Amino acid sequence: MIKKIEMVNNATTKKMHPHKFILWVAMGSLIMMFAGLTSAFIVKSSQTGWKPVTLPSVFWASTIVILLSSGTIFLALRSFKERNITGYRLLMIATLLLGAAFIGLQWVGFEKLWDQQITFKGSGAGQFLYVIFGFHALHVAGGILALLVLVTKTFVEEVKIYSSVPTEIAVTYWHFVDLLWIYLLIFFLVFGQR
Amino acid sequence: MSETTTVHIADAKHATTHHGEHGHHQQSFISKYIFSMDHKTIGKQFLITGIVWAVIGGLFSVVFRLQLGYPDTTFPILETFFGKWAKGGQIQPEFYYSLVTMHGTILVFFVLTAGLSGTFANILIPLQIGARDMAAPFLNMLSYWFFFMAGIVMVASIFVQTGPASGGWTMYPPLSALRQAGDGQKIGTDLWLISMALFIVSSLLGGLNYITTILNMRTKGMSMTRLPLTIWALFFTAVLGVLSFPVLLSGAILLLFDRNLGTSFYLSDIVINGEILPNEGGSAILYQHLFWFLGHPEVYIILLPAMGMVSEILSVNSRKPIFGYMAMLGSLFAITILAFLVWAHHMFVSGLNPFLGSVFVLLTLLIAVPSAIKVFNWLTTIWRGNIRFTPAALFAIGFVSLFISGGLTGIFLGNTTIDIHLHDTMFVVAHFHIVMGVASMFGMFAGVYHWFPKMYGRYLNHTLGYIHFWVTIVGAYLTFWPMHYQGLAGVPRRYLDKGGWVNFNQFGELDKFITAVSIIIFVTQFVFIINFFYSIYKGRKVRTANPWGANTLEWTTPINPGHGNWEGDIPEVHRWPYDYGKDGREFIPQTEPVGASESKH
Repeated sequence: MIKKIEMVNNATTKKMHPHKFILWVAMGSLIMMFAGLTSAFIVKSSQTGWKPVTLPSVFWASTIVILLSSGTIFLALRSFKERNITGYRLLMIATLLLGAAFIGLQWVGFEKLWDQQITFKGSGAGQFLYVIFGFHALHVAGGILALLVLVTKTFVEEVKIYSSVPTEIAVTYWHFVDLLWIYLLIFFLVFGQR
Repeated sequence: MSETTTVHIADAKHATTHHGEHGHHQQSFISKYIFSMDHKTIGKQFLITGIVWAVIGGLFSVVFRLQLGYPDTTFPILETFFGKWAKGGQIQPEFYYSLVTMHGTILVFFVLTAGLSGTFANILIPLQIGARDMAAPFLNMLSYWFFFMAGIVMVASIFVQTGPASGGWTMYPPLSALRQAGDGQKIGTDLWLISMALFIVSSLLGGLNYITTILNMRTKGMSMTRLPLTIWALFFTAVLGVLSFPVLLSGAILLLFDRNLGTSFYLSDIVINGEILPNEGGSAILYQHLFWFLGHPEVYIILLPAMGMVSEILSVNSRKPIFGYMAMLGSLFAITILAFLVWAHHMFVSGLNPFLGSVFVLLTLLIAVPSAIKVFNWLTTIWRGNIRFTPAALFAIGFVSLFISGGLTGIFLGNTTIDIHLHDTMFVVAHFHIVMGVASMFGMFAGVYHWFPKMYGRYLNHTLGYIHFWVTIVGAYLTFWPMHYQGLAGVPRRYLDKGGWVNFNQFGELDKFITAVSIIIFVTQFVFIINFFYSIYKGRKVRTANPWGANTLEWTTPINPGHGNWEGDIPEVHRWPYDYGKDGREFIPQTEPVGASESKH
C-alpha cells in the first residue's frame, strides 16, 4: 500500500493556494516585460526619426470585446461555485470566443495600420505597436488555450472536480490580460499620438 | 482556498487524473529519471547538464587561449577538429569571436545560472524548508526541459555552416543586428536569440516555483527568520530573475524584429561595405539599457546562491553559528535592491549623461557596503572556529578569498574616471572572472562536495577533492591576476592578436604563461568530473543520516529519500538553523524543541 500524504501542510492551508501564488508572481514578471517594452518606447520617442501613430477605431471595438469577456468569465466562475456546470461551460465558451474575437479585431487593426503605410520599416510608435500589441495578443491566446483545457476537462473527466482553484487561476489571468490591454491602450493614447 | 490536495507520494503525477484506482504502481524509468517531477531528480538533471556545458564552455576558452598565448604558432590538430574555422591550424578571426561569445554565453547562463541556481534551488529548497516537493512540480519539470531545449538550439548553432553567434555574449547591436556584418551574424545569431528566449522561459518557470515554494510551503515552525541562509539567497536570486529576465526578453524580441522584419529599433545611419542602410531613428544604446537591466542583476543571480551556500557550509564546518544572521539577511536584501539600480555602470563610456553616470557611481559603490558586511561575517564565522577542512569547507573559504580579491577591483571599475581608462580592457576580464565566474564556480563546487551525500547517498573522494581545490585556486589566481596588469597597460579584451600594437605588445610571454595555466586548470577539472561520476556508483557509502553534523532539515530525511522526502510526517521546526557549539553541545538540529534551561542566542 502506498501511504497517503498531504502535499500541503495543514499549518499552511490558510494561506493562498501555491498555484495561485505562482500566478501572482508570474504576473509581476509579465508586468516587468511590458514595462521594459513601454519604457523602451518612451526612451525612443524622444529621439529623431520618431513617428506618432493614430489608433484605428477598431481598437475601441476590441476593447469592448475584451471587457465583455471579463464579465462572462466572472459569471463563469460564479456558475462554477454554484455547481451550475451547463452555465459554466456556456460562459467559458463565450469567453473563449470573445477572446478569439479580440485577437481577430487586433489583426484587423494591424491591417488598417499597414494600409496607412505604417509597416515594419522605420522606428516609430507604429513599429512598437506591432510588437507590444502582438505580444499582448499572444498572451490572450495563451489564456484561450487555458480556457480550452478547462472546458474540455468538464467533458472528459470522469471524476467531478470541485476545486475551483484552476478556474480561479484562469479567471485572474484573464482579468490580468484585460487590465494589461487597458494599460496599453491608454499608454498608446497618451504617448503614441504625439 | 482551504482545500488540501491529497496525492500519492510515489506517483504524484497520476494522482490528479486517477482518483480512486490506487493499485501498486511502479514508476517507469522515464517518469523516474527523464520526465521526473521529483525536485531532487530535476536538480541532478540541472547539475549534470551544467557539468556538460561547463566542459564545452571551458574547452572553448582553452582553444581561444591557445590563440592568445601563441598567436603565431600553428596547431594542425585544431584544423582536424574545427576544419575551415582553424585553417592551417590557426584560429580564424570569425571563429575566435564565436568562441569568445559562446564561452561567455555558456558559462554565464547555462552553467552559472541554470547549473548553479537550477541545481541547488531544486535540491535544497524543499529539503531545507520541509516540503514534499515544489509548489508546482510540473512547471518545475518544464523548467528543466525548456533549459534542455535551449541547450539543443545552442548546440545546433555551433554546427550551422556560418557558425555560431559571434557578437559577444552581450549581443550588442548594430553588429548583432546586421547579417551583412559577418558569418556569425547570420543564422547563428537567430539561433542564439531563440535559445536565450527558451532559456528565459526556463528560468522564469523555475523562479516562480522557487519563490512560491519558499513563501508558501514551509513546514510548521519554519518562520522566515528560521530559514537557512541558502534559502534566503536562493529566494533573492529567484526574485532577481523573475523581475529582470522578462526585460531581457523584451530586448531580445526587438532585436529579432530588427534582424528579421526590417524594423529599426536599434539601427540608425549605418553604412556597411559601402552600402547605405535605410534604417533610421534607432538607438543602439536602447539595447544596452534593456540588456544591462538584466545583465547586472544576472551577476547577482550567479553570485547569491554561492553566497548562501558558503554561509551554510562555513557555519557547519567551523562548528559555530553564522555570525550576524540578520546582517547577512539584510545585506542580501540590500544587494538585491541595489542590483536593479546600477545597470548603467556598464555603459559609462557609451555617451551616457555624466550626471547620470555619477548617480550610478554612487549606487555602485554602495554595493561595497553589504558586500563588506558579508565578508566580515564569513571571516568572523570561521574566526576561532573548530574548522573541519573538508573539500566543501575549502572551496567555501576559497570563495571568500576570491570574492574579496575580485570585489576590490570592482571599486576601481565603478568609478567613471578610472573606468574611462579600464573599460573593455583585460582588467575588466580579470575582475569579473574572479568575482563572479571563479568565485561562483567555487560556491558551486562547495555545494556539490557538501550535498553530494544527500544527492546520491555516497561521498565524493576527499583526496581528489583536495587536489581539485588546490590546483584550481592556485590556477585561478595565476590565470586572472596577471590580466590586471595587462588591463592597466591598456590591453583591450576581445583582440585576437595584439602583436601589431607597440604600446601593449610586450605581454607575449605573460600570455603564454596564462594559457599554460588555463590548460592545467581545465585538465584538473576532469579530476572532479571523474570523481563525481565514479562516486555516484562506487563512492564510499553514507552510513548515517547526518554525516556533517548539521542542523538543517535535509539531514533528517532518509539517506536516500524518495519522492516526498520524509517517510512519515514532515518534521516540525523549533529553532534557527545555526545552533552550533551551544550550551556545550556540538550541534542542535532545528527539529529539537527549545529546552527550558537553554541559553538564549
